[in-house]
Amino acid sequence: MALFALRRLLLSIPLLIGITFVSYVVIGLAPGGPLDFLTPEDPNASPEVKERLIKEFGLDKPIHVQYWQWLKRAVRLDFGRSFLPDGRPVSAKIAERLPVTLFLNLIELAIIVGLAVPIGVLSATRQYSLYDKITTIFVFVGFATPDFWLALLLMILFGVQLGWLPISGLRSLNWEYLSFWRQQWDFFAHLVLPIVVATFGGLAGFSRYMRQSMLEVVRQDYVQTARAKGLSERAVISKHALRNALLPVVTILALALPGLIGGSVIIESIFAIPGMGQLMVQSVFSRDYPVVMGNLVIVASLTLVANLVADITYALVDPRIRFGGRRGRA
Amino acid sequence: MPGRRVRARAVLTWIAGLGLLAACNGQIEGGADEASAGPPAYGDTFIQASIGDIGGLIPSLTSDQSSHEVGGMIYDGLVKLDKDLNMVPAMAESWTYSKDCLDLTFKLRRDIKWHDGYPFNADDVVFTYQAMVNPKTPAPFKEGFLLVKSVDAPDPYTVHVHYDKPYARAVETWGTYILPKHLLQSFVDAGTMRESPQNSQPVGTGPYRFQEWKPGEKVVLVANPDYYEGRPYLSRVVYRVIPSQATIFLELKAKGVDYVSTLTGIQYARQTEYPAFRKAYHKFRYPASDYTFIGFNLKDPRFADRRVRQAFAHAINKQELIDGVRLGLAREATGPIRPGTWAYTDKVARFDFDPTKARELLAEAGWQDRDGDGVLEDKDGKPFTVTIRTNQGNDERKKIAEIVQQRLKEIGIKVDIQLIEWAAFIKEFVKPRRFELVVLGLGTGTDPDQFVVWHSSQRGPDQMNRTGYANPEVDALLEAGRSSCVQSERVRYYHRIQEILAEDLPMIFLYNRDALPVVAARIHGVSPSPSGILYNFNEWYVPKAQQRYTSG
Repeated sequence: MALFALRRLLLSIPLLIGITFVSYVVIGLAPGGPLDFLTPEDPNASPEVKERLIKEFGLDKPIHVQYWQWLKRAVRLDFGRSFLPDGRPVSAKIAERLPVTLFLNLIELAIIVGLAVPIGVLSATRQYSLYDKITTIFVFVGFATPDFWLALLLMILFGVQLGWLPISGLRSLNWEYLSFWRQQWDFFAHLVLPIVVATFGGLAGFSRYMRQSMLEVVRQDYVQTARAKGLSERAVISKHALRNALLPVVTILALALPGLIGGSVIIESIFAIPGMGQLMVQSVFSRDYPVVMGNLVIVASLTLVANLVADITYALVDPRIRFGGRRGRA
Repeated sequence: MPGRRVRARAVLTWIAGLGLLAACNGQIEGGADEASAGPPAYGDTFIQASIGDIGGLIPSLTSDQSSHEVGGMIYDGLVKLDKDLNMVPAMAESWTYSKDCLDLTFKLRRDIKWHDGYPFNADDVVFTYQAMVNPKTPAPFKEGFLLVKSVDAPDPYTVHVHYDKPYARAVETWGTYILPKHLLQSFVDAGTMRESPQNSQPVGTGPYRFQEWKPGEKVVLVANPDYYEGRPYLSRVVYRVIPSQATIFLELKAKGVDYVSTLTGIQYARQTEYPAFRKAYHKFRYPASDYTFIGFNLKDPRFADRRVRQAFAHAINKQELIDGVRLGLAREATGPIRPGTWAYTDKVARFDFDPTKARELLAEAGWQDRDGDGVLEDKDGKPFTVTIRTNQGNDERKKIAEIVQQRLKEIGIKVDIQLIEWAAFIKEFVKPRRFELVVLGLGTGTDPDQFVVWHSSQRGPDQMNRTGYANPEVDALLEAGRSSCVQSERVRYYHRIQEILAEDLPMIFLYNRDALPVVAARIHGVSPSPSGILYNFNEWYVPKAQQRYTSG
């Protein structure tokens, strides 16, 4: 088992390097460069500054040399400094954005799983019932609703018309002056709308997976067997069926891990939440290569780790995979 | 990214008195009902929405508008713009020119202290100059300083600037942010200004002190009680970064922000016209300092013929564009100089909307519909087809292209429209001059010097004369206008330039947009002027009874 994990881990190193190389080349090929945004389209901008910055950033070298320089620093976990005028280290920029995104996404994921599992199980066990039909409609509506649109509608209703909830941001501007409990309440109130919007879309897909997976499992022989030996329907579903139905769902969960870090650009922009999604988009738009690459390395590594975790869990659960390489399939 | 040029161009004007927005006499609208106001009082927090985060806190190193807005509060220049767009003393008490326009002497105020208590003197000014011209300093706007021959300080409160040739914008140059020598010297020498503490915890001399910058979230400033022109009334200023235009507008409706620098046309004309909004906010309207144009590529043999350009001007109805694209919230442009400034004139040739005349001019130039398909052809039967290009994401420019397409079709010209992402548009089409027609905007400073836009020496790929315009008379006038410090002489040069440009039409000047800011009604002391509304920000106040944020 350890050997299997180790082998997979080693294999992902060249993969990661490959990903970073392709990303580096692709972002470098995108039209425009960081200089277009630092030295503006302006009659009074000086061309010398441009040349100077090109040298300073090393953009005058061929792209493979640039990549090599970047890689040498990146293996020491030094992602350099942002090209933007603030010149801050990439790691600092990411570190200040990561907690918010992680926090929000963990809550969202917890809510999604908490709701999607029962919704999916119920609609599977009562396939084609009225409940199943209603949830199906609900789910497809959720799937089809653009989240920026839903966000604006909710903001107009709860923020502008009713005035119950704050519209954007994470904290009120007088937050420092509130009492401890008021602070918590304020923070919570700011989280409600973004979380509702984010979970609404995610819930739809996830509960469908759950339903599908459950439907397959209930048709299996061992579920029939469990029923045949006289177990109550409740025990059949929760003990025998659900456990097995959860397996593929766990994989999907593991694969959702990188998304936790990446954050949602739309939600973060519309609710003015300073998270990773915004950072990534802004750095791409301003061609801030070091920040783009820093972000990418994190997300790519997480994707690889998530894949690894998913495979290992499978292997743990299913011996056929674990020993598949040596013994052949039974 | 609409109006990137415009934004960047705000630099010089902003420093010199928050005067991004221009004006015209008697065309300023909006206003506050001051009758019920209480006496001025200190306190309250002013919340401003900003669509982008600041780039850094040494604004000389940045080119985005947000950085310069915040920077203009923290730092001061030797001079600034007053409400009528004139240069007036700020950190300098006065300035004098020598007769030959080559020597400029500033007398500095003696009562100015940096926010950390360190006294300000002439060394800081000399240092700022040295920092700006240092080749290691990545400042995007240093042209003005490179023309300076020497700067010295004969005594701690006198600065003496010497030029090789007379430079008309010399005084304006010194509206730049003065930087603290005692905090920055070593970083400038090492070429690491961007990494200095000053770039994240700035110390300035301005009306507001820096308190906090949470990247992507907000910048907080607090009033400087020792400000040499008196403590500002509003105690705190918060710039909230809200990256979505729609969210900013909803925050405005929910009274979450106190100031938005410009509404869209539809927001101004329709979506804010209800009683509750009118009670909570005051809306203002005055011409912004930019113009929108259709530029010809003069390298194209068809457009090298002036009659063709004039025919296009006759075919386009500017008022229709203003009504259709801006809901009437713009004014017809006659040339590149900012209306309301001393150099501006509207006594220039105009090409009224007249399709018949347009066809005549085109026929004179050899374009006729020879095969009866509704499209004009030249002698060899080649049809007149052009492509209008503009950047993606700018709805206004897209609509202009569409309306113009229709109008040109009526005079027999087939037009295609191509929208391209900003960076690619500039790099692939505008810079290498691979275009036929473009729709773009350009900012106008307060000084009329536009040497870099119109002079024939500025036609290189990285230079600003993008239409490729070359006219020896204009060249001579631009040179003369730029090297004189006598305003009455300069007026003549620039009037003549505007006359020639209006005839020559290297571009069709469409309109000057109106800036449409809103300010919360509880803020008093706002009085619109030719330079906009922000010029007297330090005098804005909220009467005690109406103060909303008690803390801070």
